Amino acid sequence: MALTLQGVTKVSGAETHIHPTDLTLERGGMTVLLGPTLAGKTSLMRLMAGLDRPDAGRILFDGRDVTRLRVQDRNVAMVYQQFINYPAATVYDNIASPLRIKGLASGEIDRRVRQAAGLVRLDEVQLRKRPLELSGGQQQRCALARALVKEATLVLLDEPLANLDYKLREELRAELPRIFADSGAIFVYATTEPHEALLLGGNTACLHEGRVTQIGPTPEVYRAPVDATTARVFSDPPMNFAPVRKSGQSLDFGTGAFPAGPLSSAPDGRYMAGFRPNHLHITRPETDAMAFNAHVAVTEITGSESFVHVDWRPPGGEPARWVALAHGVHEPPLGTEMRVFVEPRHLYLFAESGALAAAAPYATAA
Amino acid sequence: MEKTRNNRAWFMVLPVVALVAFSAVLPLMTVVNYSVQDTFGNNVFFWAGTEWFTQVLESERMHDALWRQFLFSAVILAIEVPLGVAVALCMPKKGFWASVCLVLMALPLLIPWNVVGTIWQVFGRVDIGLLGWTLANLGVDYNYTQNPLDAWITVVVMDVWHWTSLVVLLAYAGLQSIPQAYYQAARIDQASRWKVFRYIELPKMKGVLLIAVLLRFMDSFMIYTEPFVVTGGGPGTATTFLSIDLVKMALGQFDLGPAAAFSLMYFLVILLLSWVFYTVMTNSDKAGKGA
Amino acid sequence: MAKITLDNLGHCYGGRPANRDDYQLKPMSHVWEDGAAYALLGPSGCGKSTLLNIISGLLIPSEGRVLFGEQDVTRAPTAKRNIAQVFQFPVVYDTMTVYDNLAFPLRNRRAAARYVDIRVKAVAEMIGLADRLDERAQGLTADAKQKISLGRGMVREDVSAILFDEPLTVIDPHMKWELRTQLKALHREFGHTMIYVTHDQTEALTFADKVVVMSDGEVVQVGAPAELFERPAHTFVGYFIGSPGMNVLDAEVEGSMAHVMGCALPLARRYGRLSGRVQIGVRPEFASVAETGPGLPVSVTRVEDVGRHRVVRATIGGVEVNAIAQEGQSVPENAEWLRFAPEAVNVYADGWLVEGEAA
Repeated sequence: MALTLQGVTKVSGAETHIHPTDLTLERGGMTVLLGPTLAGKTSLMRLMAGLDRPDAGRILFDGRDVTRLRVQDRNVAMVYQQFINYPAATVYDNIASPLRIKGLASGEIDRRVRQAAGLVRLDEVQLRKRPLELSGGQQQRCALARALVKEATLVLLDEPLANLDYKLREELRAELPRIFADSGAIFVYATTEPHEALLLGGNTACLHEGRVTQIGPTPEVYRAPVDATTARVFSDPPMNFAPVRKSGQSLDFGTGAFPAGPLSSAPDGRYMAGFRPNHLHITRPETDAMAFNAHVAVTEITGSESFVHVDWRPPGGEPARWVALAHGVHEPPLGTEMRVFVEPRHLYLFAESGALAAAAPYATAA
Repeated sequence: MEKTRNNRAWFMVLPVVALVAFSAVLPLMTVVNYSVQDTFGNNVFFWAGTEWFTQVLESERMHDALWRQFLFSAVILAIEVPLGVAVALCMPKKGFWASVCLVLMALPLLIPWNVVGTIWQVFGRVDIGLLGWTLANLGVDYNYTQNPLDAWITVVVMDVWHWTSLVVLLAYAGLQSIPQAYYQAARIDQASRWKVFRYIELPKMKGVLLIAVLLRFMDSFMIYTEPFVVTGGGPGTATTFLSIDLVKMALGQFDLGPAAAFSLMYFLVILLLSWVFYTVMTNSDKAGKGA
Repeated sequence: MAKITLDNLGHCYGGRPANRDDYQLKPMSHVWEDGAAYALLGPSGCGKSTLLNIISGLLIPSEGRVLFGEQDVTRAPTAKRNIAQVFQFPVVYDTMTVYDNLAFPLRNRRAAARYVDIRVKAVAEMIGLADRLDERAQGLTADAKQKISLGRGMVREDVSAILFDEPLTVIDPHMKWELRTQLKALHREFGHTMIYVTHDQTEALTFADKVVVMSDGEVVQVGAPAELFERPAHTFVGYFIGSPGMNVLDAEVEGSMAHVMGCALPLARRYGRLSGRVQIGVRPEFASVAETGPGLPVSVTRVEDVGRHRVVRATIGGVEVNAIAQEGQSVPENAEWLRFAPEAVNVYADGWLVEGEAA
């Protein structure tokens, strides 16, 4: 029971929108398509839905080839960033519309509309209103209910929360995993925000320039990205990078060599070391942490945490901008030199090709 | 974005294809047929080759009509487009008066063309027409049936009255699509009214304005009914435009061969000019995006 | 540059409010200090855009005054106010080059060509578009266009304030970081008064020295990010700031003890007799779950791994509560008790914070 993409490719003119892609999405599961704008999230969804036909490759549904099947014949539902409802009809009629098209009995329609409305928490009063009389969050709930009520086998959500206020987004996002779990369809959810992917759980497929760089359970992709691109796409604030030469028991950053500790077993050579902002410390965490001298560029305070942006300049190299995420309020004076710390167990080593050479030991140990 | 291909859709448009074939392609073929043959009646035809084409191309009369036609199109474009834009800019953006203006603007477009001609024919008459009579009493020597310039002015003013609304409506639609933020930003930047027009309104209206120019050009190039009703192409041949000349030739003199050759070339000229317009406007758009 | 004073400012469409609820913006007074970075934070419809439009001169308030420095500008048009504004969707002059876009406000004010050239080049350097000055603005990406909008504001040396109306809405997360830090650096360097309107708490808190939180046309709290986080003046601020928001539970407070659903919780401060609806509020960051008491008996519904920490979602008597476990901190399998750090528990009466006495 699954949707399978085999070598699916989409070309438009001289541009390749989707490079050959193989994917299998299991029923009852949720897959987040994570990537920046124009990474190909919407293109991929349109191919899955059957709104576009791939230039190469096949799309299978439960083993059946549906590549040439029209979207009308596929039992697909879609929710967009814009709140798309029928403005002249009540919320109830909006949700009932796909069932009426199918020609179901009115008793059955009523039952299913109420069930879907209950799932997205629209009450009796709201069902009688017209969509534009509702708040943005409720309008999107209505669109979501319309997608659910169809009992489609594939539900595609294209950045459905992007047009909502931060808090409404948070509320609806917290409910989505429950709604998805109850439904049993295949859910595909596109977003640009790493944080959203983590909160939704399920599987995540990272997209970059029309290529799926990695797919797997969300926390796994987050903790063990297969390459630097995935690591960059799946981190907010962006991951910090520093060139390093590993030889034997030591890591040489040019500004100082440190014991490699748990990374000693990695093959010797030149790497790009990556580490997440929450692993860059502004106070010494323990004695074997590596220390760097950097200059404070900007500080941002969220109340509970501080983002300290620093510039680190390796000898003879381009300066790198790092972000340290620290608990509490920290406001080191701008421009001053300060010491920042990273533990070797938090380092990812990426080869020059970008491929992961050694995962951070902390992530594999967990 | 590319749409799904679905060949069944062709069945839907089949009736239209059949209708167009019947109403446009068949008559056109008849015209092509006439244009290369000669007849003395009784349905007896002789092969004439390119004779009619050569004759029409060399005809002084055709040259004059073509020249008048270009002049007319140029004049009405030069008046209607700026005037239309100006009126659109002056119209209220929303509310009750916006609706009133839109209805008023749509009125001339709803009047049948021959009625427009008749209205102006009567309107301009010196004896009973309000305009003609008023002008005559003001001491202006105005008579569109005798004075070529007066005839021209009458025909041009009539076309402007009839069709500026179209430009207004298109330009208005273009203006409505400009987000308020642009005007606010311009105010903050202390842009003058002219600069707001030049750098915000005009670029945003460009698309619809080019459509307006194209439509008005094609229409004016084929104008027939109104001048025919008002001036009948006169005085003399002063307002004998291509289509009037064509009808005279085909129905008045029953020179079917030359008339057919004439109308084919007429058709090609319009096609060519429309194509030139279209290419120029889409290219300038692309250049803008590519830079 | 000058400070901006809002003097008993209120706005009601139509003009004559029958009571306080009729206002879109309830009467308020506030001083925007010269050179500070402010954020105006609130959900849609809270009146923050109304307030911004009044400051920028797009809207004339139905009552009160707006002063730039000592000058009353309540009725002055936008062009006379020397402000700059960056909008939600990038506003650039499509047909012009980047250079001409940046030069536009100066040329309109008839600045000398030499001066324009110096300013444009300096600003282009600041916003990182120095090598793209000859490109036409139309083809640029959303973030580059937003930089141009910002640059057009900065190019004038005499602007009183730069206003931002949700400027990062159409920007990708990674570019948001870049633009935000750039904005912050520009503010530090040039000291313009900046007012940034947003519904996004992260943007507001990271950008501003002082955040003005609004709800229902009313300013609920003005404070530094740390104050809003640690001592929310109203339960709304507690809910709206923080992700997830503050846990709020009905309670009875007596002296330095709170009673929630029959359980006693120690408080760090002492409170007198409280009237109205009494609640306690605790940030998830200061809550933890444990297998044994003391604390509140809860049932854990879900643990979300968000990478750098985990969110433990639980319910107590039908009310949702959250706790945050930092990376490395363990979440016990059979957690049934929720604990609060006593010094992080705030007490509210009818929604408003009650300041206790030191115990």
